[in-house]
Order: sequence, then C-alpha cells, then structure tokens
Amino acid sequence: SKAQSQAKTRRSKRFLQSRQPKLTEDQKSSMIIRGGNTSQTVSQALKDVYALKKPNAVLYKRKNMVRPFDDSTALEFFSKKSDCSLFLFGSHNKKRPNNLIFGRMFDFHVLDMFELGIERFVSLRDVKTDTCPEGTKPLLVFAGELFETDREHQRLRSLLTDFFCGPRVSAVRLAGLEHVLHFTALEGKIYMRSYKVLLKKSGCRTPRIQLQDMGPSFDFVMRRNHMASDDLYKTAHRQPRGVKPKKKKNISHDAFGTRLGRLHMQKQDLDKLQTRKMKGLRKRRGEQTAETAAAAAKAPRTDE
Amino acid sequence: MASCSVEDVLTKAERDEAEKLKGITVNKELDLEFDPGNLLAFDKNRIDTREFKDNKREDFLRSLARDNTQLLINEVWKLPTERVEEIIVAKLPDPTTSLPREKPAPKPKPPTKWEQFAKLKGIQKKKKTNLVWDEVHKEWRRRWGYKRAKDDTKEWLIEVPENADPSEDQFAKRNKAKKERVAKNEYNRLKNIARAQKIKVPGMGLAPTPRQSKAELAQAVNVAKISTASVGKFQDNLPKEKTPKNTGKKRKFQPLIGDFSSEKQKQLDLLKVMDSKKPRLDITKAVNKQMREEDRDSAQKSKKGFGKKGRRGNMSGKGKGKAGGKGKAKKGKGQKPHMKQGKR
Repeated sequence: SKAQSQAKTRRSKRFLQSRQPKLTEDQKSSMIIRGGNTSQTVSQALKDVYALKKPNAVLYKRKNMVRPFDDSTALEFFSKKSDCSLFLFGSHNKKRPNNLIFGRMFDFHVLDMFELGIERFVSLRDVKTDTCPEGTKPLLVFAGELFETDREHQRLRSLLTDFFCGPRVSAVRLAGLEHVLHFTALEGKIYMRSYKVLLKKSGCRTPRIQLQDMGPSFDFVMRRNHMASDDLYKTAHRQPRGVKPKKKKNISHDAFGTRLGRLHMQKQDLDKLQTRKMKGLRKRRGEQTAETAAAAAKAPRTDE
Repeated sequence: MASCSVEDVLTKAERDEAEKLKGITVNKELDLEFDPGNLLAFDKNRIDTREFKDNKREDFLRSLARDNTQLLINEVWKLPTERVEEIIVAKLPDPTTSLPREKPAPKPKPPTKWEQFAKLKGIQKKKKTNLVWDEVHKEWRRRWGYKRAKDDTKEWLIEVPENADPSEDQFAKRNKAKKERVAKNEYNRLKNIARAQKIKVPGMGLAPTPRQSKAELAQAVNVAKISTASVGKFQDNLPKEKTPKNTGKKRKFQPLIGDFSSEKQKQLDLLKVMDSKKPRLDITKAVNKQMREEDRDSAQKSKKGFGKKGRRGNMSGKGKGKAGGKGKAKKGKGQKPHMKQGKR
C-alpha cells in the first residue's frame, strides 16, 4: 500500500502492516480522553475504566477542547494516530455535569456515540476488596426488557458489549471467570455494577455463585446520542469471504453418532441389475433334472 | 418393611438430588439469552420497580446479578472441557452476537504476473525443504541465502569455456550476471506493486527523487512541455528559455558495409525519383507551414510590443539574429524562398 511504500525500515514496515485491515481482527483498543473541563468524579471515572481495560487502552490525561457531538474530526484524528476504534470522552459543564461519551469508530469515522451522565459513582479506591488481575475477560450480563424493545437501548447494548467484552478467546480457564459486569436498564437509566465472582462448592459439578462488590459502579442517565445510519451499520458488519468456514453439505448424524450422507441415483430396473456372479451357485443341467424330480416326488407325498 | 425402606431410600435420594441442585437452580419467568462465545447473557425479564427503592437498591441489584451470573455460569459449565497442562479449560464456541468491524474488509491483492501464468497453466506450488545437502562441503546448507549450497559466485576455480575470450575475467562475469539478475528481480517486484496499486510508473529519469540534478530537472521540464495534445507545438518559451535543439527522432544510419542488395535497391529508387516529373515539394504543406510561422511571430511581436515598448531596439536586434539563424537551419524539403527576412 501507499503507506507501506513510505516505510524505510523493516520495523516501520511491520508496524504499518500490523495496522492494515485484516480478515479476522485483533482486539479493539480504546482511547480514554479527558475533555475541556472535568470534575473530580469524571477524572476518577476515566481512570477506573482505564484500569479495567488496561493493556488495550490509552489514557489522554491532558485537557482536550473537543466537542464530539459538534465536530468529530479531532476524535477521528486521535483514532487514526493511535489506531483505536473505541473511545470514551469525559467532560463536565454546567449544562451537562459529569458527562461520559462512549463511542466507536469504523474506518476511523465515528459510527455510534452515546452520551451518559453519571448520577452516582463509586470508585475502585472506595471499595476495598481485591481486584481481578489485569486483562481477565469479564462476564457480561444485561438485564431489563428495554435492552430488547427500545432501539437506542439495543444499540447501546451492542456498544457496551463491544467496549467491555475483551479479547476473543477460543477457550477459557474455568477457575479464571472472576469478573462480572452487570448492566440494568430501567426507566431511562442504566445501572452498571461490577462484581468479583466467588465460586463456592455446591453438591454437583457446577459451582454456586456468590458475588462480592468490586470495582467501579455507575448510575448512568441517558442523554444525547448519535447512531449510525442503517446502511453504514450494515457495511460495518460485513465480513470478508474468508472468515466463515464453508459448511460441508450432505453430512448428517443419526442417534448413534454415525455419520451419514445421501447418494442420489438414477432410477434402476431391479430385474436387470448387474450383481455379482457367483459361479458356484449356478444351476447345472444334470442337477436341475434331479432337483425337479425331487420336488415332484415331494409334492405328491405332501398331498397325501 | 423392606419395601418401605426402599421407598424411603428412593425419596431420600431424590431429596438429596434436589438439595444439590438447589444451590445452582434459579427460577426465572423467561429464559435468558446466552452467548457463551462472548461470555454474555441477556435477561429479558421485567424488573419489579417496587423492589427498586433507594435503600434496598444495591441488595436488589446484587441478588439480580447473582441469579443471572449463576445461570451464565451454568451455561459455561455445560461446554466441553479439556485439560491443558493440568488446567481444566472450557472450549468456547464462536460468538453469536455480531459486532461491527474496526476497519473495512481487506481487498484481495491482484495476482502477480507469475501467479496469473501459474493459474493459467495449472502449476502448483511445490513445498521445498529449507536445507539441501551440499556434496562439495559435505554438510547441510540453505537452499538460498547466506552460505547457500550451490553458489556459483563463490567457486575458487572456473574452467574457461572453449568459445570464450581467454582474457575475459570469468569471476567478474559471474558476479555481474548475478547483479543483473538481482536488479531485474527488484524491478519486476516493483512493477508488480505498481500494477497492484495502479500507480503509474513514470519513465526513466522522471520519477520524483528528493534531490534532482539540474539535468534531471531540465529533462522533466522538457517532457512536461511536450505533454500536450499538440505535442508542445504551441507552447511558448519562458523569457530566458532556450528550445532544445536535439529533440526529435535520431536518425539511424545503416552500417557502411552491410546488405548490398538493399543498398543497390535504395540507390535505384533514388534515381527513379530524380527522373520523375512530379515535384518533391508539397506546395500546400509548405505554404501552411510558412503561414503558421508568420502567425506565431506576429502574435509574439504584439505581446512583446504591449509589454516592453522601451526595449524594442534591443528586441529587433535579437529578432534579426534569430531569424537569420532560423532561416539557415531550415533546409531540406519544406523550404521555400524567404518572403520576410528582416522584419522579425
């Protein structure tokens, strides 16, 4: 590509290649940006979310006079420079106190943005329990029928899943499921709680769950939002051809686990089938007369 | 008595089972939707707002979270497990929630010239080993690269072939051949890249390099000048610019002693032309050419006249010199007797 032709060293070429679009993408990085004026709550909230997302996040602590809803070019520039597709922007002013904007990008342009106001916030520092190690994949739970019925809530649910879901793994250590994030939607407010999962003994193999308060907890109120148009959203979801494995057709399994397939044949005349010729079983002339004689002899005997 | 005890045993067993499962069972009106690939669960049940009062809110949320997490953990525990280095690990299926991509899907690279050819001919790629046995050095060496097995530039003895010049340096010849091969390979690689990205590769000497010499810049200017629809015929010169005199086709001369029959034929054709009565001069073409020249010069004169009245004296001198030069240079077919010589 053009950018790659500008690379003068092998290291820079590798770096640029890692930023190229790929068939299956790596985990999304997020940038956590501090806005023009932030309150203590917002600063602490940004730090806590950064702690949650640690290896794949960058925190921009300096004040950035950006208004995402008016002009998103600055955000897009940051995203291009740091190769981050998720962002969290925190600001505070009289009209919108303790404001957090969660957003995601597609192709370095803003896809969705949701503005949430913090009504109540309990920080990591205030809750004095052990935290999970960095980079654990959290369990995500969404509760509330609003997440199903309301279109904005649906999009917000998708955005929060994207933001907090963590790396895509093929297998997970059963003892390592320690962190759960629980989102409840009720009457236009979102309650986000974070708990540490304790696996207790129960009678059977599956453990009994006990939860311990941990981590940041937020009471959000929904403010403005910017949702992507339907066709842009659809384009963003389009997967390239190589990703889905091709399904092998005509393979089925029966109840015993045997693998079955179907063969389609032309119509056959069963009388004229070419089967195996067993020469030894073929009737010879001498035997034939003896058999008929025996059959004839038998028949009158039965009659009697 | 025995039947009673059997029944007792059975009921007791049932109760024990229920007790065991009590720990992990959760009653919900609607089942949750699970996505084990993402460790995600969605609870659609209605939340009772009465229980959601300020003082009891945290407890309510915690108990709700506990129930939902229990159900999700039950789902995850149902997945097939395997043992990886003494750790029990559950294999996750593919995630079912579709999330948008970060960047658009990559476009497949267009195949290179070789790849197209291979596809056409049905040539398959054969996997080759990295190391090859080198008989000379009696060891395993790379197939290509540093210290490879058959490196013909590294031989200490080369036999001079029979038809070769005895004073030729065979070692230098091999080195040069290798350099040429490397350069050709690099050139083809760059052409493949240019074709893939549809970048137009400029001709020799015109690709912009950071430091261009005077000659390169001059060449670039000349090429730009003739890149018009009329191949630069109507492009005016800048004030101090000189038109390059050696442009145009280079005449190729035949060797002195070459093909005798063709030479004879050429000379006979020449004689035939000289004999014929038709004039070699195309009058219309010549007249048109002269008229064009006049128009151009008058246009230049009028422009100059408007701009620099004071310097007309100098200009005329220059014009004269130029005219004379031009008159002398143009000899040959299209020349006709000069109608205006001094007034330029």
